[in-house]
Amino acid sequence: MKAKHQRLTLALLALAALIGAALLAASALRDEAAYFYSPADLQKNPVAAGKHIRLGGMVEDKSIKRLADGVTIDFVVEDGGAKTPVRFRGIPPDLFKENSGVVAEGAFDRSGVFVADTILAKHDERYMPPELTRKDGQVEHRTETLEQ
Amino acid sequence: MIAEGGLAALWLAAALSLLQLIMGAVALTPGREEAGAMVRPVAIVQGLLTLLAFAALIAVFVMSDMSVKLVAANSSSMKPLLYKFAGTWGNHEGSMLMWVTILGLAGAAVAIFEHRVSNRMLIATLAAQAAIGLGFFAFLLFSSNPFERLPIPAADGQGLNPLLQDPGLAFHPPTLYLGYVGLSVAFSFAVGALVTREVNAAFARAMRPWVLAAWILLTIGITAGSYWAYYELGWGGWWFWDPVENASLMPWLAATALLHSVTVLATRDSLRAWTVMLAVVAFSMSMVGTFLVRSGILTSVHAFAVDPERGSFILALLALYIGGALALFALRVSTVKEGAQFEAVSREGALVVNNLLLTAILGIVFVGTLYPLFVEALSGEKLSVGPPYFNSAAGPLALLLVALMAAGPLMRWRRDRLKTVLNRMALPILGTAVVLLLVVVFAPPIGVLPTLGLILAVGVGIGSVAPLWGRNLRRTPLFTWGMVVAHLGIAVSLAGMACESAFTKETLVAAKIGETKQVGPFSVRLDDVEPVAGPNWTALEATLTASRNGGTAFVLKPQSRSWPNPPTETSESAISTRWDGQLYTVLGKQDEDGRWQLRLWWKPFVTLIWLGGGMIALGGALSLFGRVRRERRYHDRIAYA
Repeated sequence: MKAKHQRLTLALLALAALIGAALLAASALRDEAAYFYSPADLQKNPVAAGKHIRLGGMVEDKSIKRLADGVTIDFVVEDGGAKTPVRFRGIPPDLFKENSGVVAEGAFDRSGVFVADTILAKHDERYMPPELTRKDGQVEHRTETLEQ
Repeated sequence: MIAEGGLAALWLAAALSLLQLIMGAVALTPGREEAGAMVRPVAIVQGLLTLLAFAALIAVFVMSDMSVKLVAANSSSMKPLLYKFAGTWGNHEGSMLMWVTILGLAGAAVAIFEHRVSNRMLIATLAAQAAIGLGFFAFLLFSSNPFERLPIPAADGQGLNPLLQDPGLAFHPPTLYLGYVGLSVAFSFAVGALVTREVNAAFARAMRPWVLAAWILLTIGITAGSYWAYYELGWGGWWFWDPVENASLMPWLAATALLHSVTVLATRDSLRAWTVMLAVVAFSMSMVGTFLVRSGILTSVHAFAVDPERGSFILALLALYIGGALALFALRVSTVKEGAQFEAVSREGALVVNNLLLTAILGIVFVGTLYPLFVEALSGEKLSVGPPYFNSAAGPLALLLVALMAAGPLMRWRRDRLKTVLNRMALPILGTAVVLLLVVVFAPPIGVLPTLGLILAVGVGIGSVAPLWGRNLRRTPLFTWGMVVAHLGIAVSLAGMACESAFTKETLVAAKIGETKQVGPFSVRLDDVEPVAGPNWTALEATLTASRNGGTAFVLKPQSRSWPNPPTETSESAISTRWDGQLYTVLGKQDEDGRWQLRLWWKPFVTLIWLGGGMIALGGALSLFGRVRRERRYHDRIAYA
């Protein structure tokens, strides 16, 4: 192989690898990027069951119910009238409580309940999820569950 | 006084780096070479001055001088001494000062130890190092002054984030930064070689130990950080694909590629332009990481827009240095002569594939980390990119890379025959086949990636020691041992990752006092929950008695800690390490019925992940030591001849 040819081959190989990686990344991003929704958004455009998303809003007053196993909780996220029921199995963060902001990551099951595998909260009494207000620089704390 | 002294040292160091840059530039013009005599000593003094400034900051932290704004905002007089000390770099300004200190010391080390390259090239390299330093000195002095005083001293400080109050803080950031910023030397060498038109094998041999040293420290830093996150956060995970983690992974991927291409250049004088490019990319990734972590952009694009000064400053530096280096590369790449030839089936060919795969993985991590920021900045739409993306996009490429890692070292330089390579690989392939069979017949279904990982780990484990077969082990050079140990470390680490994700058993329960719960082969009894107090925290501590299949009982004490300053709660996991894995326990909340939430994991062979990381770093150290020793001997022989 001539010198020029070798250089060209290497350059083409590198280009092919990068394009391949870009395509792989683009298709994975399309499938896996979790978009942020509020209950109101979901009322307008429902999301298919099993699609991984982030859900953000306020925890409705008196909606947190602990199930008999002691580690599963049901609660309702609301946002200007729209409501979404959520189930979470795990140890929620300290500042997770009624009438305060929350961001849950997970997917809807077939019955329309949002099964959260992660709950995000911030160590700030005035906390609102970053997607809703965004003004402070506090550390995010998360809790995750079994179903990963 | 100490704070003012530190600030003065910092200004002086900044002035010297300007002098170093100017003298270096002057010395490179024909007829003015005598100016170059100044560059080495200036670089050394500059390094010492940054060290002095850093020592001054440590001193004000240790003495809890609450008249210094940074100390008042991030420390407290009640903290244990270790965290007063390590807390120096547990904040923005302090960690940037550490960054700059390492940059200065790296320049000084080059000035002291580097005698292999031409004087012109050394001067160009040190001038480039000074140019980087100048920008970051400006950043520190104009927008992140760590020594700023308060008009009225605070009564006490606001304390350190409790998550950081762990011995890990004393160790993890310094090693990570040494690796991160150590890559600046590779960058400066590349710039120096381009400026003086000396991109050749000698340049690669000179650059290699510096790249190797930075890479070893980066490996240790990442491994230590992973273990720290694993036990401190209490989520049982060891890698979260968090942007901050990716910020350290990206330079590591680039440095790993560079490490392999610089070997091709040093041994065979091929891949000249590519190696220079990688050296630029590796440190660029360090700077991108610094930007991500230090600009506040990760919290949200909005937080960045509210206080854009620091972020814009680093972004401008990024554009300046990366843009400048790439422009220089574009101007000079035509003067880089064609390197030596090689066939597709050869050691060089294998290393090219290694480099392409590493670069592709780097690209995937880069896109996944920055994509959400771009989307939010452009359209305002928010999204998060998490483990599913990284695992599905980077996972297959990483496994392919690891598979090829077994084959590469068995190939000859320049040209080889596929058939002989396959012959040499017979045993690893056989091992892989046997494990594949065993897995198919016996193992429970454990998912595609873990299965592949486990099978590959065995095959690659055998393959990575294959280069030692038929050799006289006592005469095998140390750097060959280094390669074998590092590659074996990858296999060990991969085995740990696969076992952890395939065989972990998890139990999440609410337990009454005295109740026994089962996780994997262990039964765990909740004996008691009692309040305990530490130096600057109080906690609820559970006493758990565990035993494996009815064997000897042992005690674990996970805690749920409350910190008054700043008010925070953290959970301290309790971990028991066995030879074949770890029992990991976390205490949660008490519910209305008086039951305590407990989270228990049995993680078989999880420790292999960090053992492997340690082996990779050890392999690097053997390699570095072997290379330096061989060169010493070679030079001694020339000196005596």
